[in-house]
Amino acid sequence: MIPGTFDYHRPTTVESAVALLLQLGEDARPLAGGHSLIPLMKTRLSAPEHLVDLAAIEGLRRLEHVGDHVVIGAMTTQHAVINSTLLTDLVPILRETALVIADPQIRYKGTIGGNCANGDPGNDMPALMQCLGASYQLTGTGGHREVSARDFYLGAYETALAPGEILTEIRIPVPPAGHGYGYEKLKRKVGDYATAAAAVVITMAAGTCTSASIGLTNVSETPLWAAEAGRILVGSTLDAATVNAAVAAAEAITNPASDMRGPAEYRTKMAGIMLRRALERARVRATV
Amino acid sequence: MTKSHIKVTINGKAVEALVEPRTLLIHFLREQQNLTGAHIGCDTGHCGACTVDMDEMSVKSCMTFAVQANGAAITTIEGVANADGTLSALQEGFRMMHGLQCGYCTPGMILRAHRLLQENADPTEDEIRHGIAGNLCRCTGYVNIVKAIQYAAAKINGTPYQEAAE
Amino acid sequence: MNEQVKIDIDRAERTEKLQGMGCKRKRVEDIRFTQGKGSYVDDLKLPGMLFGDFVRSPHAHARIVSIDTSRAKALPGVIAVLTAADLKPLGLHYMPTLAGDVQAVLAEHKVLFQNQEVAFVIAEDRYIASDATELVDVVYEALPCIVDPFKSMLPDAPILREDIQDKMVGAHGPRKHPNHIFEWQIGDRQATDDVFANADVTIKEMLVDHRTHPSPLETCQSLASFDKVKGELTLWGTFQAPHVIRTVVSLISGLPEHKIHVIAPDIGGGFGNKVGAYAGYVCSVVGSIVLGVPVKWVEDRMENLSTTSFARDYHMTTELAATKEGKIIGMRVHVLADHGAFDACADPSKWPAGFMNICTGSYDIPVAYLAVDGVYTNKAPGGVAYRCSFRVTEAVFAIERAIEVLAQKLGMDAAELRIKNFIKAEQFPYHSALGWEYDSGDYHTAMKKAMDAIGYTSLRAEQAEKREAFKRGETRELMGVGISFFTEIVGAGPAKNCDILGIAMFDSAEIRIHPTGSVIARMGTKSQGQGHETTYAQIIATELGIPADDIMIEEGNTDTAPYGLGTYGSRSTPVAGAATAVAARKIKAKAQMIAAHMLEVHEGDLEWDIDRFRVKGLPEKFKTMKEIAWSAYNAPPPNLEPGLEAVNYYEPPNMTYPFGAYFCVMDIDVDTGVAKTRRFYALDDCGTRINPMIIEGQVHGGLTEAFACAMGQEIRYDEMGNVMGASFMDFFLPTAVETPKWETDFTVTPSPHHPIGAKGVGESPHVGGVPCFSNAVNDAYAFLDAGHIQMPHDAWRLWKVGERLGLHG
Ligand code: FES
Ligand code: FES
Repeated sequence: MIPGTFDYHRPTTVESAVALLLQLGEDARPLAGGHSLIPLMKTRLSAPEHLVDLAAIEGLRRLEHVGDHVVIGAMTTQHAVINSTLLTDLVPILRETALVIADPQIRYKGTIGGNCANGDPGNDMPALMQCLGASYQLTGTGGHREVSARDFYLGAYETALAPGEILTEIRIPVPPAGHGYGYEKLKRKVGDYATAAAAVVITMAAGTCTSASIGLTNVSETPLWAAEAGRILVGSTLDAATVNAAVAAAEAITNPASDMRGPAEYRTKMAGIMLRRALERARVRATV
Repeated sequence: MTKSHIKVTINGKAVEALVEPRTLLIHFLREQQNLTGAHIGCDTGHCGACTVDMDEMSVKSCMTFAVQANGAAITTIEGVANADGTLSALQEGFRMMHGLQCGYCTPGMILRAHRLLQENADPTEDEIRHGIAGNLCRCTGYVNIVKAIQYAAAKINGTPYQEAAE
Repeated sequence: MNEQVKIDIDRAERTEKLQGMGCKRKRVEDIRFTQGKGSYVDDLKLPGMLFGDFVRSPHAHARIVSIDTSRAKALPGVIAVLTAADLKPLGLHYMPTLAGDVQAVLAEHKVLFQNQEVAFVIAEDRYIASDATELVDVVYEALPCIVDPFKSMLPDAPILREDIQDKMVGAHGPRKHPNHIFEWQIGDRQATDDVFANADVTIKEMLVDHRTHPSPLETCQSLASFDKVKGELTLWGTFQAPHVIRTVVSLISGLPEHKIHVIAPDIGGGFGNKVGAYAGYVCSVVGSIVLGVPVKWVEDRMENLSTTSFARDYHMTTELAATKEGKIIGMRVHVLADHGAFDACADPSKWPAGFMNICTGSYDIPVAYLAVDGVYTNKAPGGVAYRCSFRVTEAVFAIERAIEVLAQKLGMDAAELRIKNFIKAEQFPYHSALGWEYDSGDYHTAMKKAMDAIGYTSLRAEQAEKREAFKRGETRELMGVGISFFTEIVGAGPAKNCDILGIAMFDSAEIRIHPTGSVIARMGTKSQGQGHETTYAQIIATELGIPADDIMIEEGNTDTAPYGLGTYGSRSTPVAGAATAVAARKIKAKAQMIAAHMLEVHEGDLEWDIDRFRVKGLPEKFKTMKEIAWSAYNAPPPNLEPGLEAVNYYEPPNMTYPFGAYFCVMDIDVDTGVAKTRRFYALDDCGTRINPMIIEGQVHGGLTEAFACAMGQEIRYDEMGNVMGASFMDFFLPTAVETPKWETDFTVTPSPHHPIGAKGVGESPHVGGVPCFSNAVNDAYAFLDAGHIQMPHDAWRLWKVGERLGLHG
């Protein structure tokens, strides 16, 4: 398995990167960790003529708490996410999710920006970002714009990125202290994409659910934000009937492909099961 | 296509080379540098046979272009033995605990374990199993690989290694 | 210290120094492997070496309308592009398979499976070769394809093999249909039918051992270098059987065998994948002969999984007849064997279904009948023995699943039913209804030890409780207890019934002792990770009293090693291990003569003592093997030729029959279908144990492969014949996280006919493991009347079982 030929570019600033991408047009692809793109190139399913490597751009590795958000530079690796005490303290579900992505080697190289930006429905971070209400900073030659993760995904490998734009930063509103969270992923083995996975963040007050947000991974052409399912939970004690209704609502919006991980009906049901388990974990973890 | 000029440090030695941008790091190491210890097992980033250490990361060199390694410090299995040529603690552990059979996965396994022990000097069995989950072995069933890494950790930490009773 | 203690200590020290049989000698191989200094085929580099790569068919069945190589040839760096048209004048567009069929090297008029080899591009490096494969323009006309073997012999089925359409008698007798390969029958059909007609209880189940692949971590590869001046070919490759490859290359190329040098260097695992001959080997050879420069071919993983040698794909209608007390009185099996587009099984020639007739297992079944029909489909060719002796995994799966089905029907405990039907220790040598003579065994002892170790009775009690709890809705987990009591048949084999391409399946060892007492020994086998360099030396060390560290073992070079049939089917220890012992004993006999001469006594006055001959009753008068060696070259006795070496070609009088008792405890999450192995206990009896450390390693590895096969690994096709999941993303190879922890144990029942009593072990854990996992899964659902659940038991399939049984509410 050998990739086709290409020219390699290694800009050191975001400005030069986006200028290059715009200038080179359709034949150019940005390169981050490479673990999605390079396999496609090796099987010649993708044959870009130019690769614009973002690795040398210093500014893309920010990891900061700014106001009520955390800001994560796109080139922050999964390994860095796992080892960041800042993130583990403020948004612990990020670490829980990153730990079930791929394998150790890939987590050293794989970036959060690449995972969010390339539009592969198998990636784990997009549904989590939708669950967390994150937004993406997209940068082009004309400057920055902000797009919500919930609006970013249009289809498999289709996103709101305009030609020449790259995802440069992710802004995540810090969930309230005491929130409950859980990322549950069913996979055949380490290194696999999810058969189905669910991200849940809730808050509880006196035994009642006061907010709930749910993201679903790899059960449609895009990640799914299960807004209706979340709404059903709010105001309940997370009693069985309510949870069943929320799970049904979540399952209803799935549209998975049948593949070696199982037929569509299985993957839909597994989205429901993962949601149940993630929710249960979140409930146990929620402190109020 | 224009070739790229790269500078890397491999096993402590500075190397300069011209590579095609599409040259994979694994081919650069094996064919241009004659370092054939790292192997190709899957071509798709799943088996870890091609694992090398790059700037303190375990990296699958079949999923990395040589140009991406420009400026990096790389360690391969050929650079792992002790300075006096004796086997390193990990190499010795793999031999003592029978952590290899055909040996094809072994260089990648050892390089991965090397980084694991740098980050976690005294890992539990579970941490080892998760730590090497990016490396497939078809021969050993992993039991003895886990023991080999425990043996090496004990040796490095200067604590006695107690083989689990048989 | 008294004299006797001193003598004992001295003897113990001398024994330990040998590192002989029975000790956990550390492996010699590991010194180079742990330093990245192994030498595998793709590590080799020759001046001027070119690379080959295949153009492959996207279709499962299609007519080739045209092939245009001009664009590829025009690419700078491309040296040649071979097609069937180039090979045909050389008679090389087809090659013989080990199963008596022929296989297209490059497709001529038709392609018969997806990814079939259509053209071979040779270029200056592998990158250019890969680019050029994209530039070969092939026009296909798609044809209807056959994926389901049950449709192969329908009257209106498309004819797949037009090349042999008129040849209605194949290598194994008449063919019933153009897509039929052979029918093979054994046993007493009439007597079996009679037993079934009158039996109290019968069961019948379609047991599918699905298609999978051995997938060693190193793929298949070769490097051919033809010297035009000398007319000699050197061929390095991933060969489990290098000598056979040399013969095959000679037969098909017309080069004299002595001008072919086949070398199998270090091999990164085989598991049956590297027994056969593949198009890539042939094309690298042809390329080198035509161009006069070395040509290398290296398969990628997708090619490996989708073209070279699948395993299994046996559809086994299995029946047992029994009395109501649970005595099995008959077995009847019909197998539909899917061989893909060409019959490329690597079985001994007379055994088109391998040793499937070991399917009566460990039980004393008085009558049995087995029939196997092989058919063609539009899938990759093969049918190799994946870490097992030929079709033994299939056979053991059939009997070990069937006996559980019978136990359930009888309402008997599955362990008890086995014990009731075991061949008894005093019945060995035992003649089975399907023609084998089991050499030895003690099944009852092994079973008892295993049941005690796993705590069988309390496991069943726990299971009963959990089942009640499940019915009450208190748990969503099902607990299964899997049992497998297998009998393997390994060490092919006696010349009377085993040959490959007409060559009897002996194996060989040549041992030379140098004047200073060190040794080089060469065998006809070839390790792919089994540690032969370590273990053969242990046999010689014990036999000849020379420290194993002073013994070098060499295999894989056909110029230097004696002819042998290779390493597969667990035959190295039973056959070449025996040859090693016998050759060593020849040397020892001569050494005794030399020692007698040196000590000026009669040979009969000498006795062997660990590393020396000593005079009986005078232990201080002795000559060590080292001293004898020097004398052999320096002052041999009169009338005795100098030197100290021997060769043995060992033709085994019988197979060996390792056995074992395996238990698995499994917990299945009904809601996701995810199965977790809580415990797995494996008791193996492989006779005399040469190196317990290596045996344990082999068992771990075999169990891991069995786990993969039973729990998810498969080569699947869609209805268009597209191969699905031919990468390590989908093809289930468990990581350290999914792999269960293994518990191992043993009993020792030496083989009575093997010089050192050893039987072979590398494949037992696979053979015994697959049904054990499947039985655990089936057992978990058995109380819900689930019926037989087919493998592989991956999560979605088990979830579907739950759906079918209404367990998901
Ligand atoms: S060859 Fe690189 S991960 Fe398998
Ligand atoms: S030792 Fe053979 S693959 Fe690990």
